[in-house]
Amino acid sequence: MASAAATDQVVLPPLLARLSASPLGRLGRAVRSDRKAATGLTLLAVFTFFSLAPGLVARDDPSAEIYAPRLGPSLAHLLGTNSFGEDLFAQVVYGTRESLVIAVVAGGLATVLSIAFGLTAASAGGAVDGILSLFTDVFLVIPTFPLIIVIAAYTKNPGDWALIAVLVVTGWSYGARTLRVQALSLANRDFVVAARLRGERTWRVICSELLPNMTSLIVANFFGAALYSVLAAAGIEFVGLGNPTTQSWGTMLYWAQTEEALQSGIPLWTVAPGVCVALLGAGFALLNYAFDEIGNPALRPTRRRPARAARGS
Amino acid sequence: MAGNLSRGATQELAPSPPAPLLEAAGLTRHFHIGGMRGATLHAVDGVDLTIGQREIVAMVGESGSGKSTVARLLARVYRPSAGEVRFNGRDLGALRRRRDLLAYRGAVPMVFQDPYSSLNPVHTIGHLLERGLRLHRGDLDRRGRRAEAERVLEAVGLVPAPRLLARYPHELSGGQRQRVGFAQALSYRPSVILADEPVSMLDVSIRIGLLNLMREMCNDEGLSLLYITHDIASARYVATRIVVMYAGKLVETGATEDVLREPAHPYTRLLLSAVPDPRAPVSAVDMGEPPKVVDPSPGCRFRFRCPYAEEICAAVTPELRTIPFSATRAACHLAPLPQS
Amino acid sequence: MAADATTAGRGAQALVGGDQLRATATEAAAPRAPVLEVRELSVEYATSGRPARAVDRVSLEVRSGEFLGVVGESGCGKSTLLFAIALLLRPPAERVGGSVLFHGRDLTAFGEEELREVRWRGLSLVMQSAMSALNPVKTIGALFADVLKAHGTRDDEEIAERSHEAMRLVGIDAVHLRSYPHQLSGGMRQRAMIAMALLLSPELVLMDEPTSALDVVAQRALMYQIRRLQQELGFAVVFVTHDMSLVAQFSDRLAVMYAGQVVETGPTQDVFDRPAHPYARGLFDAFPSIRGPRRDLTGIPGAPPDLGDPPPGCRFHPRCPKAFSQCCRVEPAVSQVSRVDVRCLLYEPARGDPGTGAPEPTAGTAPAPAAEQT
Repeated sequence: MASAAATDQVVLPPLLARLSASPLGRLGRAVRSDRKAATGLTLLAVFTFFSLAPGLVARDDPSAEIYAPRLGPSLAHLLGTNSFGEDLFAQVVYGTRESLVIAVVAGGLATVLSIAFGLTAASAGGAVDGILSLFTDVFLVIPTFPLIIVIAAYTKNPGDWALIAVLVVTGWSYGARTLRVQALSLANRDFVVAARLRGERTWRVICSELLPNMTSLIVANFFGAALYSVLAAAGIEFVGLGNPTTQSWGTMLYWAQTEEALQSGIPLWTVAPGVCVALLGAGFALLNYAFDEIGNPALRPTRRRPARAARGS
Repeated sequence: MAGNLSRGATQELAPSPPAPLLEAAGLTRHFHIGGMRGATLHAVDGVDLTIGQREIVAMVGESGSGKSTVARLLARVYRPSAGEVRFNGRDLGALRRRRDLLAYRGAVPMVFQDPYSSLNPVHTIGHLLERGLRLHRGDLDRRGRRAEAERVLEAVGLVPAPRLLARYPHELSGGQRQRVGFAQALSYRPSVILADEPVSMLDVSIRIGLLNLMREMCNDEGLSLLYITHDIASARYVATRIVVMYAGKLVETGATEDVLREPAHPYTRLLLSAVPDPRAPVSAVDMGEPPKVVDPSPGCRFRFRCPYAEEICAAVTPELRTIPFSATRAACHLAPLPQS
Repeated sequence: MAADATTAGRGAQALVGGDQLRATATEAAAPRAPVLEVRELSVEYATSGRPARAVDRVSLEVRSGEFLGVVGESGCGKSTLLFAIALLLRPPAERVGGSVLFHGRDLTAFGEEELREVRWRGLSLVMQSAMSALNPVKTIGALFADVLKAHGTRDDEEIAERSHEAMRLVGIDAVHLRSYPHQLSGGMRQRAMIAMALLLSPELVLMDEPTSALDVVAQRALMYQIRRLQQELGFAVVFVTHDMSLVAQFSDRLAVMYAGQVVETGPTQDVFDRPAHPYARGLFDAFPSIRGPRRDLTGIPGAPPDLGDPPPGCRFHPRCPKAFSQCCRVEPAVSQVSRVDVRCLLYEPARGDPGTGAPEPTAGTAPAPAAEQT
């Protein structure tokens, strides 16, 4: 950033300015340098690869009941086989796609709803804000799992979309609250008032001034919603309210439970999908934390470089 | 910069006081606070103000004096509870069409106090200027807008302009950001710029640069400024007229040199005596603070701290009047008071 | 003024406590030994790149009863310096050199226990914003009691007595000991902070911009109060601020900081009226005044340097109107010019091109020389 010879030149800003909030261009570097984010990203990358190219990872067809049942782990079957003679490793790998897609789609739709409700409430203010907030709060306090069970039980032939719909309906309210609060605090910043004074229309103020400044929180929100979806979807399918013929971790758990896997000596049938659910959830959770930190500098840990040798006093 | 003469206001060449561009009459703003009983905070009460062509008027007061509220009322951030604002003779309250309101916003823009929150961190400077020009300078095409953006940046001393257009706010210093704020206001071809404490968050050595810029804009570009501040010394440096606010009311107004040389109102005197002067001997000064005016009773709001207060001061609210033997107008029953 | 005599007596009594760190030489006749000596103190902030040197080899001296003003603009390191003196630095800030001598003893070598002895009794701190420094869920009285108990006062009666005394000193009605911080006005809160700092009658009070959140009238009242208390109780003050005119009116000595270094130190009259260092001169010239003739002023062009990558040689040279060839190569050492210490090559006769030598008066005090083109 060379400077020309004039009064106020474009000089390298002082240290403090450099340490403060950065625009979108810096997000990538921030994510890469944060250990939490890196770990989460790695986990996600692995699972994405599984879901995109399961055939490259697992040789067998997951629904082929051709092997000897109840085999333990071996080189031929990395996780053994289940009571139907299906290869467990193949099932786990092929099941990734369903779980990941549901998580991403449900998480994404829930986030969209959160943005819509949260930002509208914050921008409109007054009675509209009151009604929308009440609506949000109602959905927030409804106990999710009973609601899920009720909805799922009433849906005949539950397909993926029914599952996603249930997840979105129960998952958007928390995000709406957090986004509304952040939008409210942003709306008092001078640049938002300045935009209104410039004569910008309200929708432009929301899209152009508010939203870009909320990116990290929205992304964090998305990962939180995705995490919720992974766990809730597995839970719904485990209880048998999903479609038991699909290939997913939740259905694996369902079948493992009905076939009494733990009691009959093939614990991996339960453990493997359970661990995968946990790992995918952890991936989303880590990214959630990382983006929270990026968005809110107050949460950042103070990083110190290791002390150098022998400082004289 | 060839000064643009067609500002939508008639150019008066008469020697008498210039026709006011912006006028406030009886400007009042109350805020409801406290739930059930509904107390009212009187932020601004009955303020009369005129800003003419080619002048810088300083509005001076401590916190809670209402000066920022006046600025926001003039900028139409919210509506007054009573009183009216007239621009070029037209009452703002009568403006209904979006186009008219937009034209007013272009004619009377505001510059904010905090350089660190007045610019959106995710947009470049160029984007900011472009938006403003799109809204207020429909006469320009894309190339014209770019040229104008560069012109105003150069006018406020930010060079090289093309490079700056691509910068983000966090790459600029506080002083530079404030200059960007002025540049944007300048790009609308305004009549009056409302500057709400534009230098109080800047370092001392940078302030003068911006104060000089304000003077230049008044002289070279021919526009007027309302300079709101708590720092009387900087008010003196830029303004030809000064207006003193206390607890939501206007207590004294007049030419800057007159008010500073012979302050008529006791509060103005107090304010002047409290300004640090390294060469003055240290002497005691009063310990009070400006009140928060909630549901006030009639009477002068300064009477609790005034060394000259008498009975009338508690009974009757003083109005602004011309003080005999003085060139200023003050809201005080007892002025002219003996100079101590 | 019987009340004053009792206070003075009580004040003196509190001073001559059992603690051997107290200076016994507070009698008027004895020469004033420095209460605080800072020697070559340096502080660095760890960053993702090179560490930033926020305080670079600062040396200061404060004598008993003296008011030292440390002035500088934002980013000059003055607050960091104050926290380093009070030994309150936290990561990523770290003291990397120098010492802090309180009555001749090096505080940087003290352990936690010894430091606790010194804190609040010998040396106390008043911070910038009372709203963030005072615990909002405790009453003023409770906060005072916390301080007193933490530093050895157990007796409830003594706590009450000292609390009342402290409030009286700053002019707040003692009934406010039962108030919460948010119930007091801004000026009163700051005075409560000062009262808290004076509870154990320290010899040195460090103040970090205690008036910046106040309006001009409250500011003036507070400064006057501090000065009066100083004369009554005899403590020394190190007052950090960016408001030069405020501190110039009330201080005995001034230290001007730029980019982490002290560039000029000396008696206030000398430094303010005839600043030697070009930065100090530019700074004091940048103040419009309300009295006297209206002059055109210029500020100092440019911006303070990045402390992680300061300019070579003198840190001020890119903005200095008097810079010459050596300034970008050689780091100036501290030279003495009459009663003032300056860090500037213009006053080092041994080096390269000679400077003018004698400091010129600020434009406000004498017919101004032609304004320099910058």
